[in-house]
Amino acid sequence: MAHSNSRRNFMATTIQSVGLTALGGMLWSGYADSVKASPLVLRPPGALAEEDFLAACIKCGLCAEACVNRDTNIDKETGEQREGTLQMAKGGNPLLIGTPFFVPTDVPCYMCEDIPCVPVCPSGALDMPSLLNEKQELDINKASMGLAVVHKESCISYWGIQCDACYRACPLLDTAITIEYQKNERTGKHAYLLPIVHDSVCTGCGLCEQACVTEEPAIFVLPNDIAKGKAGDHYVKGWDAKDQERVGNAHSEITTTDISKQEVGDYLNTEVSY
Amino acid sequence: MQNIKYLLLRRTTQIGLMFLYFGANAYGWNILAGTFGTSYIIGLIPLADPYTTLQVLATGFVLGADVLVGALIITMFYFVVGGRAFCAWVCPINMVTDLANWVRRKLNLDKEEVNYRFIKRSARYWILGLGLLVSALVGVAAFEVVSPITIMQRGLVFGFGMGGAVVIAIFLFDLFGVKNGWCGHLCPLGAAYSVIGSKSLVRVKYNHEACTACMDCKVVCPENQVLHMIEKESIAVRDGECTNCGRCVDVCNDDALAFGIRSFVKGIKTESYDEALVR
Repeated sequence: MAHSNSRRNFMATTIQSVGLTALGGMLWSGYADSVKASPLVLRPPGALAEEDFLAACIKCGLCAEACVNRDTNIDKETGEQREGTLQMAKGGNPLLIGTPFFVPTDVPCYMCEDIPCVPVCPSGALDMPSLLNEKQELDINKASMGLAVVHKESCISYWGIQCDACYRACPLLDTAITIEYQKNERTGKHAYLLPIVHDSVCTGCGLCEQACVTEEPAIFVLPNDIAKGKAGDHYVKGWDAKDQERVGNAHSEITTTDISKQEVGDYLNTEVSY
Repeated sequence: MQNIKYLLLRRTTQIGLMFLYFGANAYGWNILAGTFGTSYIIGLIPLADPYTTLQVLATGFVLGADVLVGALIITMFYFVVGGRAFCAWVCPINMVTDLANWVRRKLNLDKEEVNYRFIKRSARYWILGLGLLVSALVGVAAFEVVSPITIMQRGLVFGFGMGGAVVIAIFLFDLFGVKNGWCGHLCPLGAAYSVIGSKSLVRVKYNHEACTACMDCKVVCPENQVLHMIEKESIAVRDGECTNCGRCVDVCNDDALAFGIRSFVKGIKTESYDEALVR
C-alpha cells in the first residue's frame, strides 16, 4: 500500500513539474519573442541580419568598449574622451537587452578606418569577412548599417532654401549623397539644391542625420529592412546587360485553354449585386 | 568578534572583478574586459559563460572559436578546482541576495512559519533545461533576456537604465518571498555551475569530533541541505549545490569546518581532514 502511494506521489509531482515547466516555457517564449521584435534599431557595422544577430550576440559589450576607448575618440577642443557611438541596450530601451546599437542623433558612427568594434567580436555576430575588400583589408565603406532617407516635406532644400548640411557631413562626400539641381519655378531665378541618397553607397552611419539643421531631422537613417523596398524577381531591367543575365535560363511555355462561349456569355449577362 | 575572513575575501574578489570589468569600459583597461558572456584576460585568454554559450548554440548559431575555448576554460576551472564558487565569489547578484538574507534574519523573517516555500530547490534544474529549449524555439539566448546576473553586471559596467528594477525585484523576492529564492531555487546559471562543479577538488570538510552542534552553520548556509552530515559523520560536503562561500567555516566557533581538498579515496576521511587543517 505504502509502495503504491509513493509511486502515485512520484507520478503526481512529476506531472506537476512537467506542467509547470510547460507553463513557464510558454510565458518565457512569449516574452523572449516579443522583446526580439525591435525592427527600428541600428546595429554596429558588419552585424548579421537582425534575426541572426539576435541569436548570435553573446552580449559581452566588447564592441562598445572598443568603440568608446578607441584612440581617435577624443574631443579636439577639450582633449577629453567623448561618449562612444555604441550603446548596450538597457532595461527600458525598446530592444533586446544587452545588445549593442546606436542612435545617430546621440552619437553617429564615425566610420573609423580600422573599425575597432568588429574584430573584437568573439561570437561572430559582427561578421568581419563581410567588411573585407578585394585586398582582404577591413573597409568600413562596405558597411551597411542602414540607409539615410530624406523626408521631402520637412527638408528645407526642397522648400528652396539653400542648405547642404547633410551633403557636407557625409563621410562619403558626393557619392553617398549627391546634390541635384532643379529650377525653382516659384521664383523663376533660383535653383533647388536637392540632396539625393544613393543606397549602394550609403553605409547608414548617421552623420547626416546628426548634422541636419531642422528641428527634427529631415534626413534620418532607417534599418535596411524598413528603408528599402523590393521589386521582386519578375521585374527585369531589359536595358541592363547584367540584370538581363538573370533571365538567361528563362523559357516560355505556351498553354491553351478551351474557352466556353456559353460561360462567357452568362458572365457578361449576369447582374452583379454589390 | 565574529570571524569574517572568507566573507571579506569573497567581497574583495567580487568587487575587485566588477571594478576590473568597469575599468575596461570606463578607462580602457585591458586586464579583464567584456562581460560574463565573453571576456578576455589581458586581451588574450578568452573566458565565456558555459550556460550562455550553450544557449547560443541551442539557437543553432555556430559560435566563434574564442567563445567555445573560453567556455571550456571556465568549465574546466570550476569542474576541477572551484566547484560552484562562481556563485559566491564572482556573481554580483550574490551580494544582493546575501544582503536580503541578512536583513531577513535581522527582521525575524527567517522563521519557518513566515517562509513561503512554494518553490522547490529542484526548480532550477527544470529552468536550466527549459532555458535551452526556449532558446532553440525562439532563436535567442533565452535566459539572457531576463538574467538579473548579466543585467546587473552590464548595469555596473555600462549603466543600469531600468535594469535596476530587476535587481531590486530579486532583493525583494529573497527578502519577503522565498528564502534563498533566487540563488537557491530558481537561478539556472547556479544550477549549471552546480552540475559542472559537483566533482571539484575544493571542498568544505566537517569534523564530527570537534562539533558542538550549535547549528550556526546551518542557519547561515544558503544551501543548507548540503550540510546534512552535521552532527552525523566526519565527511566533506560533496554536494554540487555548495557554493564554497565559506560562511559555515567563518561562523563555526569550534573549528569543526574547514576548506580542504576532496579525497576520492574512501576510508581515510579523518586523515584528509587533518591534512586540511594543516593547510
